[in-house]
Amino acid sequence: MGEAESVYRKEFPVKGGDFANAGAAACEIKELLKDLGIDAASVRRAAIVAYESEMNVIMYAREARMDLTVSLGKVRLVIDDRGPGIPDVELALTEGYSTATAEMRELGFGAGMGLPNIKKNADVFAIDSEVGRGTRLDITIRTNGHVNP
Amino acid sequence: MIVLKDVLALLDAEVLTPGTDPEAAFQRVFASDLMSDVLTSAQPGSLLLTGLANSHVVSTCHVADVAGVVFVQGKRPSPAVVEEARAKGLPLVSTKMPMFEACARIAGLAGEGGHGRG
Repeated sequence: MGEAESVYRKEFPVKGGDFANAGAAACEIKELLKDLGIDAASVRRAAIVAYESEMNVIMYAREARMDLTVSLGKVRLVIDDRGPGIPDVELALTEGYSTATAEMRELGFGAGMGLPNIKKNADVFAIDSEVGRGTRLDITIRTNGHVNP
Repeated sequence: MIVLKDVLALLDAEVLTPGTDPEAAFQRVFASDLMSDVLTSAQPGSLLLTGLANSHVVSTCHVADVAGVVFVQGKRPSPAVVEEARAKGLPLVSTKMPMFEACARIAGLAGEGGHGRG
């Protein structure tokens, strides 16, 4: 299904270090998807992917753009950040592996579950990272196909 | 199902969010201070017991369809966090009980015909 068939698109900027607004984009995405009439289980998976990605940007990157595209049967989230990049992607995808600081852990995050949990909730998961440039996640979640006009 | 009014009585807990329905019911219970664990393992419709009292708890619960929060050990989030939860329709309650005792009492409630485990 091509992007031309998308029924909804929106771009969300995320700033690194902005803990005060953490979750704002994910919560807005969740409400948008609910309003579009997408099934609750898919909405939940997309919201979790958006939230984990948003937290990763806030904790590790300088800034990112999160692009939401909704089309019949799928939700796509592309998170493109400018940040340090991930030297060993395979290691970062290992459950429990974390480079989080004590401050991040005190906030209840940084358990090394973010990327593995994004992958778990995605139907299609692609990651491209370059040290010194940033990381790009391209996630697709299949939905029940129903979208409100 | 675990009903909020029973939780309030068992844990001698106080409702923080105005307008909360004491008949609110939860299918399951999950306990953690780690929001990462809530995002990976809590089932939709769960009641969360936690010792963490910041705005990330509310965002995490909203995203993961967690249906209510018990703050243990006398923890209380700021008024701004309570208002955020109220606006999102997320009931918040607070108990002075430590995590282990609160979990043990709720597990007893679940054992009396409820299905609150998991």
